[in-house]
Amino acid sequence: MTAIGKVSLQDTVLQRGRNRERSRLLVFNHTVLLLLTAFAVIPLLVLAFNSVKTNLEIGQNPLGPPVNIVTENFPNAWDKGKFATTMGNSVIYVVATIAAELVFGGLAAYALARKKPPGSDALMLYFLVASTIPLWMYIVPLFVQINALKRLGIDARFLLVMVYVAGNAPLTIFLLRSYMIDLPSELEDAARVDGANEFQVLTRIVIPLTMPGFLTVGLVVGLGVWNEFLLALTFIHDPNQYPVTTSFYKFVDRFDRDWALTSAGAIIIIFPVMVLFLALQRQFINGLAEGGIKT
Amino acid sequence: MAVLTQQKPTTMIEKINDETWRRRFLRNVLVPWIFIAPLLLLHIYVVTIPAVQGIYMSMTDWKGVGQNANFIGLDNYRELFFEDESFGKALGNNIIWMIFFLTVPFILALFAATMLSQIKRGGMLYRSILFIPYVLASVVTITIWKNLLNPQRGIGAALDNMLGLEDAFGIAYLGRSETALMSIAFIDNWHFWGFLMILFLAAMQAIPPVLYDAAKIDGANRWDEFRHVTLPGIRPVVLFMFMMVAIWSFLAFDYIFLSTQGGPGGASEVIATLLYKSAFFRFEAGYGAAMGVIISIFAGFIIMIFVTLRRRGWDI
Repeated sequence: MTAIGKVSLQDTVLQRGRNRERSRLLVFNHTVLLLLTAFAVIPLLVLAFNSVKTNLEIGQNPLGPPVNIVTENFPNAWDKGKFATTMGNSVIYVVATIAAELVFGGLAAYALARKKPPGSDALMLYFLVASTIPLWMYIVPLFVQINALKRLGIDARFLLVMVYVAGNAPLTIFLLRSYMIDLPSELEDAARVDGANEFQVLTRIVIPLTMPGFLTVGLVVGLGVWNEFLLALTFIHDPNQYPVTTSFYKFVDRFDRDWALTSAGAIIIIFPVMVLFLALQRQFINGLAEGGIKT
Repeated sequence: MAVLTQQKPTTMIEKINDETWRRRFLRNVLVPWIFIAPLLLLHIYVVTIPAVQGIYMSMTDWKGVGQNANFIGLDNYRELFFEDESFGKALGNNIIWMIFFLTVPFILALFAATMLSQIKRGGMLYRSILFIPYVLASVVTITIWKNLLNPQRGIGAALDNMLGLEDAFGIAYLGRSETALMSIAFIDNWHFWGFLMILFLAAMQAIPPVLYDAAKIDGANRWDEFRHVTLPGIRPVVLFMFMMVAIWSFLAFDYIFLSTQGGPGGASEVIATLLYKSAFFRFEAGYGAAMGVIISIFAGFIIMIFVTLRRRGWDI
């Protein structure tokens, strides 16, 4: 209405009436949203509360805020849960997977979006069909295959990263390709005229212009790997190579009754994710939404 | 180039042509395929080859160790569908799980997204907070809720205390066969529904506001608006997520394995947990592989239903 630049009398009356109606209704909206917010946040608050209580206090007051704040649960959990090792491992898994995914996915997506060699359509169809194959269809033979490679002396951590990179390949290619396909080809042509080779066109022109796509893939894949449980449980059997998730699983099993300790451990695991999430809210939310729709 | 070759070619031009052809082949075919090769080969090695092997393995009685594997045709499938009661129970639980996840999170997410789309101030804050559970690891979510659902120290006990009751709400939700599956579904939904809400909200924000104004002028109330403007606008996303959630329901594993491992007495068993236990705990690799194939067939079947409906003009 206002886009045309004229505000007629009728429009302003309508607008005013709508505003009044809206503000009355918004009380209902906020009430509902506050209730849902409480539903999302209270479990996390209870976890945070319990991480700074003693077990004695949790016994008397399992849900409320702490009366005496103690901090010793964190160093205790850090030591007993071997977090120094497992956090390091998880960081390795996340960083290695993201790096390999972006390098190989970036190369493949670039070729498919910008060069379209003969066979590209068939390849896209392959990835589309492959992306619907559930993990459960291949996990048992893959286990056998990975074990054979382990016996050849290949590091299990390398193999797990390999599985993560392959599993995320269709998503990465679809997402990065969709970003790259929108680029105007004039820029690349100009670079070529100036004597850039294919690799330079990719690194100097295409990647800088599709950075948001790379960030999205990095966040989606990185969060997925940090939280991943099933594949790590299946392929990593040396406790020194556990990521935080499977190590925490065993940790909770061992200190079943020690709620203060396990709560502190849980806080340690989610802390890096929460910091990153709060810093990059928009990218996280949009990225995961995009990734979810395109898988 | 073509024009040039039609004319009488000198050796010089032929040479240039030959070179440009080679350079073009290099630039348009060879280099692109070299770029694609690493990820493609890795994917074939990790996903496609094992998936094909899985089909063969499902027709053997292989234990997962040793060389003894006999081809037994569809015997594993016969056993699963006609003899193994735990599989029937697990399949039933998967279907209950699917019904739960095709309703509860969808209603919650549609409702919340509608509420959220109508407010201007604070929208981003609500959106972020409601999304937080989705970024938590399954091991953490389960730990939180195991504590909250504990019969002595959880929410139920606190409710009993407040209302002066005894063991009314303070029951072992995860330990009882009547409540185990639904409790896990509740926990998984706590983590999951915010994700759906974000997708729906994004779709709602893409609806042109003019349509709402038009509906207002026509005297539509809020329900009419939702029914005739919002819902048609976000229908593609909702239907797509219906398909995805239906598929995911047959893949469910983490939350069940982490909380009850399918117990008590198979009450919360689903196909994936049964598969995992038979392949990796009980050395029945062939039998487990057969369950994997069945899960995939279900997933393929769901995709087929949606593709067919879309072909018939149901815009998905």
